[in-house]
Amino acid sequence: MNKNATDVANVIARHKADILKEWIQRQKESASSLSGIMSSEDALEQSSQFLDLFSAALNEDPSAENDTVWGEVRTMLESVSRSRALQGFSPSETATFVFSLKQPLFQRLRQESKSADTLADAVWAMTTLLDSLGLYTAEVFLRSREQVILQQQQELLDLSTPVVELYRGVLALPLIGTLDSERTHSVMENLLEGIVHHEAAIAIIDITGVPTVDTLVAQHLIKTIAAARLMGAECIISGIRPQIAQTIVHLGVDLGDVTTKASLAEALKLALAKVGRGIAPLKTGTGLS
Amino acid sequence: MERIPVLKLDQFLLVTIQVELHDQLALTLQDDLTTMVSRHSSRGVLIDISALDIVDSFIGRTLAHIAALSRILDAATVLVGMRPAVAITMVELGLTLPGVSTALNVERGMTLLREAVGNEHDDEDDAE
Amino acid sequence: MNTTTKTTRSESVLIRNQEDLQRVRALVRQWAQPPLSFSTVEQTKLVTAASELARNTLIYGLGGTFLIEDVTDALARRGLRLSFRDEGPGIPDIAKAMQDGYTTGGGMGLGLSGAKRLVSEFSIDSAPGKGTLVCITQWTRRL
Repeated sequence: MNKNATDVANVIARHKADILKEWIQRQKESASSLSGIMSSEDALEQSSQFLDLFSAALNEDPSAENDTVWGEVRTMLESVSRSRALQGFSPSETATFVFSLKQPLFQRLRQESKSADTLADAVWAMTTLLDSLGLYTAEVFLRSREQVILQQQQELLDLSTPVVELYRGVLALPLIGTLDSERTHSVMENLLEGIVHHEAAIAIIDITGVPTVDTLVAQHLIKTIAAARLMGAECIISGIRPQIAQTIVHLGVDLGDVTTKASLAEALKLALAKVGRGIAPLKTGTGLS
Repeated sequence: MERIPVLKLDQFLLVTIQVELHDQLALTLQDDLTTMVSRHSSRGVLIDISALDIVDSFIGRTLAHIAALSRILDAATVLVGMRPAVAITMVELGLTLPGVSTALNVERGMTLLREAVGNEHDDEDDAE
Repeated sequence: MNTTTKTTRSESVLIRNQEDLQRVRALVRQWAQPPLSFSTVEQTKLVTAASELARNTLIYGLGGTFLIEDVTDALARRGLRLSFRDEGPGIPDIAKAMQDGYTTGGGMGLGLSGAKRLVSEFSIDSAPGKGTLVCITQWTRRL
């Protein structure tokens, strides 16, 4: 078995240039987008580097389980998968990088092998090995995609919940779009941090831009208001549209002693009154004269 | 014995919790405050918890007890400076401390206490 | 759900008295610091949950052991897993013990149900005479 692997490594060493050329040809055929997104120099460099590491590892220990020997190969595959995931390759196109090595490699093995038995052994050993490496690239690919998605989710959350100061001590949190529990958590934290930062006594949560309110969202709102109260700030909910008022009553949600106002303007008037301010018309001219 | 210092300022008592509040320490504070409210006929108690990084159900319950005991002894209680993360955690835990007044900082808390006591004074003046 | 978690390091504390509760809180606080990227809220929730459960172990379990582990799941997400084990009388009706406001020890009855709401994962295993094991895990949200 070990002898077999060394033989394969020798075959790769002798025919490296040919194998490389055919392999890259195969990669291009099976991954149509490859030529567009990635330069052939990159493909050549990655492929050549993989072949070197692969045959070096084969000489050491042919079982892909050995972490110390195959660690470098895996690291290399990881960086290939990651860069391809970011460049927009599909998972199968990424896995093909490894799988398409089979044909050129097996062809050389067939030319060089002395008996049918040794050929069959070598082909079987290489198939298992390359399959496991190919699957590994797919796995890493999915993992890095997942990380990209999580990161974007987080960025979206941070962007979508601005807290603005309307007047000294009065904050507004205009909510727009659907509230899921992840987003509501971030809304809650932003608002409470804002209360501390601005030393605000009153915060207006405006839900004019929220399409639907279900039990969960209503509960989250109530929790936010309860947390603000524990910190010493009062909340007003504004912009409850008739349909949403109906849903809230229909769901049997008890808003308790939460102050609600129809519009942000009404809420602002109330908030100003609570901090001892008011809005009045200017007494003298318009300032144009 | 380890205890949290209570400051007397006119008719009010001031407590700033600067150390981790373990269970025994919280109970000692409850006893000390009750005793002092009664001895000095204090009209208000202000507890600054801005240094506390957690309030679990035991501490929360003790704070609620302090407020309830003070009320019976005719003193208002204001809790000030609760951190956002602590507030969120308490609500999630189910501790909303109904009946306990809150304020953002010591200054606002004192204003609240003075207002609470001042209103009563006005009433007394009217009666006289 | 997360069967493929890997533990990178762990530490345990005996829970026998009030000081040990403080030790548990201090340890969780310390382990929840960077490089683990917990937000302040997640950190506070985890320490509070640990405080509730450690107190349960002390009062209802008559003492026990606390174990903290630094864990990684299949998606390379990091987290902290806390286990509270006691050899106490055990809980005859877990469903009832998980209800808000249910208590046998004069507390507020928010320990178990409250702790569950504060963390990502919660599991409890208990039987009369066999003691109790409560495991909670908090996963980091940010990468």
